[in-house]
Amino acid sequence: MQFSENWLRSLVNTELDSQALSHALTMAGLEVEEMQPVAAAFSKVVVAKILSAEKHPDADRLQVCKVDVGLAEPLQIVCGAANARAGLLAPCAMVGAELPGISIKQAKVRGIESFGMMCSSKELGISAEATGLLELDSNAVVGQSIREHLDLDDNLLTLKLTPNRSDCLSITGIARDVAAITGAETRFEAIVAVPAMVTASKNVIVTEQAVCPRYCGRLISGVNAKANTPDWMVKRIERSGLRSISALVDVTNYVLLELGQPMHAFDASKLNGDITVRFASANESLSLLNDQTVQLKTDDLVIADASGAVALAGIMGGKPTSVDDATTEIFLESAFFTPSVMAGKARRLGLSTDSSYRFERGVDFGNARNALEYATKLILQICGGQAGEVTEIVGSLPVRQPVKLRIARLVSVLGIAFEEAKVAQLLTQLGFQFAKVDGIFTVTPPSYRFDISIEEDLIEEIARLHGYDHIPATAPVANLLMLPAPEARLHQNKLRDSLVAVGYQEVVNYSFVDESWERDLLGNATPIKLQNPIASNLSVMRTSLWGGLLDTLTYNLNRKQDRAFLFEIGAVYFKQANSFIETARVSGLAYGSAKPEQWAANSDDVDFFDIKAHVDRLVGAKVTYEKAEHNALHPGQTSRILLDGKAIGWLGKLHPKWQQQYSLTKASYLFELDLEAITSHPIPTYQEVSKLLPIRRDLAVVLDENIAVGEVLNSIKKADIPLIIDVALFDLYQGQGVAENKKSLALSVLMHDTQKTLTDSDADTTITILLELLQNKFAATLRN
Amino acid sequence: MAYLTHLISEAQADFANSATMNDLEVAKAKYLGKTGLLTDALKGLGKLSNEERPAAGAAINVVKQGVEAALTARREAILNAEQAKQLAQESIDVTLPARTQPQGGLHPVTLTLRRVEELFHSIGFEVATGPEIETDFYNFTALNIPEDHPARAMHDTFYIDEANVLRTHTSPVQIRYMENALKTNKTPPLKIIAPGRVYRVDSDATHSPMFHQVEGLWVDEDISFANLKGVVQDFLQKFFERDDLTVRFRPSFFPFTEPSAEMDMSWNGGWLEIGGCGMVHPEVFKHVNLDSEKYRGFAFGLGVERLTMLRYGVNDLRHFFNNDLRFLSQFK
Repeated sequence: MQFSENWLRSLVNTELDSQALSHALTMAGLEVEEMQPVAAAFSKVVVAKILSAEKHPDADRLQVCKVDVGLAEPLQIVCGAANARAGLLAPCAMVGAELPGISIKQAKVRGIESFGMMCSSKELGISAEATGLLELDSNAVVGQSIREHLDLDDNLLTLKLTPNRSDCLSITGIARDVAAITGAETRFEAIVAVPAMVTASKNVIVTEQAVCPRYCGRLISGVNAKANTPDWMVKRIERSGLRSISALVDVTNYVLLELGQPMHAFDASKLNGDITVRFASANESLSLLNDQTVQLKTDDLVIADASGAVALAGIMGGKPTSVDDATTEIFLESAFFTPSVMAGKARRLGLSTDSSYRFERGVDFGNARNALEYATKLILQICGGQAGEVTEIVGSLPVRQPVKLRIARLVSVLGIAFEEAKVAQLLTQLGFQFAKVDGIFTVTPPSYRFDISIEEDLIEEIARLHGYDHIPATAPVANLLMLPAPEARLHQNKLRDSLVAVGYQEVVNYSFVDESWERDLLGNATPIKLQNPIASNLSVMRTSLWGGLLDTLTYNLNRKQDRAFLFEIGAVYFKQANSFIETARVSGLAYGSAKPEQWAANSDDVDFFDIKAHVDRLVGAKVTYEKAEHNALHPGQTSRILLDGKAIGWLGKLHPKWQQQYSLTKASYLFELDLEAITSHPIPTYQEVSKLLPIRRDLAVVLDENIAVGEVLNSIKKADIPLIIDVALFDLYQGQGVAENKKSLALSVLMHDTQKTLTDSDADTTITILLELLQNKFAATLRN
Repeated sequence: MAYLTHLISEAQADFANSATMNDLEVAKAKYLGKTGLLTDALKGLGKLSNEERPAAGAAINVVKQGVEAALTARREAILNAEQAKQLAQESIDVTLPARTQPQGGLHPVTLTLRRVEELFHSIGFEVATGPEIETDFYNFTALNIPEDHPARAMHDTFYIDEANVLRTHTSPVQIRYMENALKTNKTPPLKIIAPGRVYRVDSDATHSPMFHQVEGLWVDEDISFANLKGVVQDFLQKFFERDDLTVRFRPSFFPFTEPSAEMDMSWNGGWLEIGGCGMVHPEVFKHVNLDSEKYRGFAFGLGVERLTMLRYGVNDLRHFFNNDLRFLSQFK
């Protein structure tokens, strides 16, 4: 909400200067978002009248003017403005004037003496752009300071109001709060009823009294719709960010701004019969003032005449019944529509108006009649005419229920001491009625406050007026209890640190992604879609973090990076039946050389087994890997990762076709794991340490090349052969000496016994059992 | 036998002339070998009389010891020289760069979240989480923001469908946590922080459609607005490691707190907005069946990117989600 500081000051007598006032408002919850002077600082600029304007003898575009500035003799001023002409009233900066960026001195312009400068609105800092001199009204008094004439010693204040403070959507409301905050006095003009001059009245039927508990209207005939709106009113309206339209419309807007009561003026000659306040009927439509025709729904409240809807109640009037220059008789409406009937209606129609904005949040239902009288007075003043009788239909208006405020509760919620007298004083400043018994105040909120219904609301009011700044920052006193520290649960931070230690950089990508990533990379044709995405390439919720990682990779390759190890921890989103499932994942991407290029190491590109080692770091020895296929990955270099037989992730090389599509020159390796599955971590249990030394035997076996080594190693592990504590693969060989389609595995077998020293024959027996297992299961033979 | 004593100096000279261990072995043979001079002399003892033999033997031994000492000394000298040569050959340029073990880094938002969690953990706050695709009920209704309430316009909400949204704040975690706590018979004090991603339909230099918040909640029998201010101020002082930092509360409006406040922090002579807070609204307690007469609580929401920008001097919000490695790698 924007308004003129001077207008506010005309309604409340505060001694605070502009800065202090602005600060006080902000600290009381009416945040001053901006305070801007109406004009720049300048001096010695007066209203001047151009008496004559002659062409400059030596310059085509300049004129030599004689200018009356109220001194004994007119001044000679050279002026380049196209609109400079004899008879024009315009601002003149006299010699010695200080304007933004210019000091006015006596000067020769192309050989002619000039004693000042005629000014545009831009030069005075009133507007950002201007063409020509600022033309002043004919009533301007020559010689008067322009600041005074245009009331330029004023600021535009913009309040960022919270939705609960609808009472401050008017100058009166703000003035009332300034008085409450500072203890200053308001100077509200008493509103006097304008007696009917003619008996004309309009019959009004309110069929929906529950949502329109007060409707006031009055005919005013004989108005001159072409009358000029007075300057003072135009200025206030414009400084509130509205445009001056016509006297009749301006008055309704002015009352809206000053009192917060939305009003509407119909052209009475265009109304047909009685006025009805009702819900729209099915298939009813209305052509609005903004030239938009809306199809109404049966929960839209309308003002109707005998022919149909003429206005969307509280939102906007209809075009056919609107006032224009030819209007001579108006029907002026001032009503109260409940916030509940207004809620969401304007938004549904895509129409947010000054009126609907206020009604949605709450308009003072006690003030509709006053506003009508005030508007009548202004219209009669400006446009003339005769006021008719006021028609007022009142149903059951909202009742302000008394709210209890206990001093004890106030003290305990705020954490500071409060005297009863202080509370009473603040409530009085607020203009709230109250009674007090035994430390309990019973407060009845006024009709303009829609945000006081429980004790806490009053506590906030007291705190706000007392000043949040005067509430100390106090450390809480509480019982000391330690927090649980489950050792079997691995904190995400450990996983992060583990990846960082091997060179991965954490990234944070958007949770919404390009639909094509889901479709292409993940084969997901039905991702969760956003109804209102911020951009078409951020329109669906991701089911994998890979798209974002590849995007980040591309972004960085385009910025001359040549290797990237990236990871992200974040959620992926699935729809299942009617619910959504979110799973946290940890996902990584490796691209480029395994190590940064350097003199002391080779620069081999990262491969499957590098990244598998990184996955192993995260999952420990808990998982198994099996060959599998995934839409995003190379069919020959893809592994599903299993934990206790359950798939918990993927590992593999980006499919060459996607590599090509993303224009990547090298292969990318990707992994992704369910976070939950890998955050459990066994608490170590002690195993006896043998005093005896282990025996190592190496053996080489030959088997079919298609047999997965992982399966061989797992089988050995599962067989749990006595004495064997570890079997490791130390060589893999194919080629000369090994039959075609076969491969040779070199295994080291570590054996020990905690009770006795092993003999060669113990070892031989164990190796025989192992060999038998390999023969039976994998048709392996001992390599000779 | 005096004729033998000169052998010591002769041997010393021969040994000194031996440059290598091999040469030294040859020179040694001349004196101590099977046919060496001293060996011969010892063999000659047999020809002497029993009276002469002991003295002659002793004399030869003295010479032999002398030769052996010379030999040992020379041996050590040669070994030392050879080792020195070897060491010289093994010398390296210690100023060459190390063999790099690549080191990654954490996202700056993670650095901040870690600090936030650590600081609140130190006074007994647990971390709670909730879904990012949130129901309209938890994101709004349970937080006292009914449908069509003008306060909904404060949240530019991403909609999935009529009943589900991308959460616009981390406040729904409050509700979920309190509900769960009471279901499992856990009673106040309840102290949580809820960090996580939140979403608003807004994208420009100072707004990101996705960003991070940390929600804080403390419900207890005797917790006050002054305590809220105390905890927030303590946190900010510790987070920024500045004791002179103060917090300023300004009245504001959130449907789920009453009284409500905007939190400003003193910074370089001015005030910076860093989040919203307030006392939990009784309506919220009602939604989770907590007795608002017995308990009260405070809640606050902090902008994580904002804290991060101030902490590390980052001047553009967009850096956080562009993921430029030249930016990210600065946060080790």
